[in-house]
Amino acid sequence: MARIDLVDLAHSYGGNDAPQESFALKPVTMTWRQGGAYALLGPSGCGKTTLLNVISGIITPSRGKILFDGVDITPLSTQKRNIAQVFQFPVIYDTMTVGQNLAFPLKNRGVAKADIDRRVAEIGRLLDLEPYLNRKATRLTADAKQKISLGRGLVRNDVAAVLFDEPLTVIDPELKWQLRSKLKALHRELDLTMIYVTHDQTEALTFADTVVVMHDGRVVQSGTPAELFDKPAHTFVGYFIGSPGMNILPAEVRGREAKIDGHVIALNRSYDNLPAGAKIEIGVRPEFVEVVAPAPGLLTARIERIDDLGRIRFARARLGDAKLAARAPAGFTSSDATAGLKFDPSHVHVYADSLLVEGAA
Amino acid sequence: MDKTVNQKAWFLVLPVFLVVAFSAVLPLMTVVNYSMQDTFGNNQFFWNGVGWFKELLDPSTDLGGRFLASLGRNLFFSMVILAIQVPLGIVVALSMPREGWTVAACLIILALPLLIPWNVVGTIWQIFGRPDIGLLGYVLNAIGIDYNYVSNEVDAWVTVIVMDVWHWTSLVALLCYAGLKSIPDAYYQAAQIDGASRWAVFKAIQLPKMNRVLLIAVLLRFMDSFMIYTEPFVVTGGGPGNSTTFVSIELVKIALGQFDLGKAAALSLVYNLIILIVCWIFYTVMTNAGVERKVQASSEPAAEPKPSAALKPVPALKPKEGVA
Repeated sequence: MARIDLVDLAHSYGGNDAPQESFALKPVTMTWRQGGAYALLGPSGCGKTTLLNVISGIITPSRGKILFDGVDITPLSTQKRNIAQVFQFPVIYDTMTVGQNLAFPLKNRGVAKADIDRRVAEIGRLLDLEPYLNRKATRLTADAKQKISLGRGLVRNDVAAVLFDEPLTVIDPELKWQLRSKLKALHRELDLTMIYVTHDQTEALTFADTVVVMHDGRVVQSGTPAELFDKPAHTFVGYFIGSPGMNILPAEVRGREAKIDGHVIALNRSYDNLPAGAKIEIGVRPEFVEVVAPAPGLLTARIERIDDLGRIRFARARLGDAKLAARAPAGFTSSDATAGLKFDPSHVHVYADSLLVEGAA
Repeated sequence: MDKTVNQKAWFLVLPVFLVVAFSAVLPLMTVVNYSMQDTFGNNQFFWNGVGWFKELLDPSTDLGGRFLASLGRNLFFSMVILAIQVPLGIVVALSMPREGWTVAACLIILALPLLIPWNVVGTIWQIFGRPDIGLLGYVLNAIGIDYNYVSNEVDAWVTVIVMDVWHWTSLVALLCYAGLKSIPDAYYQAAQIDGASRWAVFKAIQLPKMNRVLLIAVLLRFMDSFMIYTEPFVVTGGGPGNSTTFVSIELVKIALGQFDLGKAAALSLVYNLIILIVCWIFYTVMTNAGVERKVQASSEPAAEPKPSAALKPVPALKPKEGVA
């Protein structure tokens, strides 16, 4: 149990002298508080697994420090850090029973037999593995095997954090949901810091209370699911989270007005000092754009199709060269395939060079 | 779905059948024929029934004594070979590099002995071990070890065994290395996190993952060493005395040395039978190792009530998932 601090941490597989643009993990400084449930979210190759392996000690970072409760553990080997890690594919010791698998980390650390038995029984109960403790571990399903991998981390009562590296990849969809709820429950029960790497936003948003979004080796935003949804700090976050993602449209922004295609959209805040020469875009989630009948003063878009997601319908529209998605109200039909767009000003954000700009009230 | 039945298809098999009959069945039958007869040359044969076989299995006769003694030597040789080559092969495989150019270098060096023809291996060691001009023999004698494989039985055995270890350990090592390479990194990382020692990693991960290839290695090495002929024949010629005369050498002595076709035929049939039986035992053991797992998996759900929805035993036919 510990607070984890990353101080100017970076890693390059090409060595420290490689140009920073090529770093798998670009310098990051952040704090993971004790007992938090974190998700590291990002597309493949964004550096999230690298960051995870740096924390667990499988990779030694080329730069920076990792502190557990303020103690620098960067040079320590994986064995000496109190870390548990669950991998993408279940790792099971074939020749052992489930119980022996769970006992393995304790046995290696020379814990007394009685204590081992007690801990194994306890963790077996917690993970619903009790009936299997005396059975060979090889013939269980993938989700049971993943639970065993997790259990091997949890039996040690000194773990500072449990790391998950896309642990549900090989699990059937229906069981995924069950296992995720189990993880959530364990997190509440055990007060452990959990860090969960995934590229699946649903997994991340349902599991974590803080989601850390990574993009191209950089942490672009870290916040609650609601923050990520309402106020993406980077156009990538807006686009990556939400389905469909945020609409990003090039615009001219002056004061409280954004101009797209010569049409003016009102903004809630005033943007007077935007950086000169920056690429200015506005971002608005499809949920806050409504398609209505064309009317003067409204931005007119061509409707390409309407996606019916069941509880909500999204119109896919084209605005000049840009594509966007917008909410289609229940009765909306478009005979001539054009529609007006109504923006909700309080949810229109302005981005300069992909970064969120806070306007003045 | 109905299968088309076309009996004419048998004609397609006929040529193969004829060739096999000519090349294998006929000679085999000739051997069976010889094994029932005695000859004194001149192509004159006398019926002997199962006489040779009775003699073969009776240690008090000359033929039986020679056969059983050489069979004992053969079995002892195979045991020693397995006891040395398998552990040594594992150690070599474990200490090989995992990546980089050294991998290729190691593989080539290991493969070299395997590429040398048997009789050349024999010749190499025959010269290597000679006390007068051979590097090994000369050096051993020079440092005060009385070594002479021509006159000393123990020296002859040691030479033959060391030669076989030199020749074939690579095979075991290469097979084990292939088994080791197929273990995903995650296993080692998990073991690190679990705080496993080097020995625990070997016992819990590497050995279980290698057991398939090890079984194959043991089978191959047993068969090969049980049929060994060329190398010991070239090095020691079966001597000194009969101390390194293996069954195959004995067989050639009787068949081509004494031209005792009846005895030799009977011996070769029994020899062949032993090899077939050993093959069959290994084959059943190997296939059963796989079958047993499947049978257990499919019987398990019935054996126990299902305690939790999240935990279902794997259905028998489901392919192993992921890296398992």
